[in-house]
Amino acid sequence: MNLRRDVFQAIADPTRRAILLLVASQSMTAGAIAANFETARPTVSKHLQILTECELLQQEQNGREIYYHINAAKMKEVADFIAPFRKMWDDRFNKLESVMKKYKIK
Amino acid sequence: MEQKTKIKAEDGKQDLMITREFDLPLELLFKAYAEAGIIEQWMGTKVLKLESKKRGSYQFETTDEKGNAVFEANGVIHELVPNQKIIRTFEMGNTPFGVQLEIYRFEKLSDDTSKLEMHVIYESTEQRDQVLKLPFAQGINMAHNRLQEIVSKLK
Repeated sequence: MNLRRDVFQAIADPTRRAILLLVASQSMTAGAIAANFETARPTVSKHLQILTECELLQQEQNGREIYYHINAAKMKEVADFIAPFRKMWDDRFNKLESVMKKYKIK
Repeated sequence: MEQKTKIKAEDGKQDLMITREFDLPLELLFKAYAEAGIIEQWMGTKVLKLESKKRGSYQFETTDEKGNAVFEANGVIHELVPNQKIIRTFEMGNTPFGVQLEIYRFEKLSDDTSKLEMHVIYESTEQRDQVLKLPFAQGINMAHNRLQEIVSKLK
């Protein structure tokens, strides 16, 4: 029986999130992706398989090479990417506010 | 705590709008963007260069304990009207995110409160979406340094 992968389970793993980050910037081969990790190559292959099964990644044949690229539509389904982005800015602006409040007192 | 920062990023567009209200007088909010020593405090980065004026430029850099640069950003200032407006470019070194145009509008709300509106325009929708996804991907468990390594290899 072919188990359907759960996308949320897929992105719960830090290595798989890091793979998504890498591939978000440009399509890459499995070898190029694996070169960024200390993890054994078969482990990275397994991660790629899971990400492909849950359709977060898509494979594309380009000559003899298979390139992995992000499936943007699926990524959108998965999570609100804006939430962590907003938190980053909120933290930054909170810092600005506290720095300037101290500045005012001086 | 409630997040005071609002982000507007419409699907398929190449820009985004970040707005935030501060419990700070307008002059102090503007100063936080115009003075190197203050930027260093809240951005947590070294300011190698900052000429807060029209046709000025700036460069930020963060290094690790060994002195390796883990973050570098630079740009030029196209317009600077004190307590009102800054238009500048922003480019993060050693990343594939391109150059973004940033339009900052500073607005007085009351004697003690002010508002910042930051309009960021990217080279393409794809680049905007990549930048939006970064903090998500940087996620919960990965050490910050490890990611800097990965990002620096993307160049």
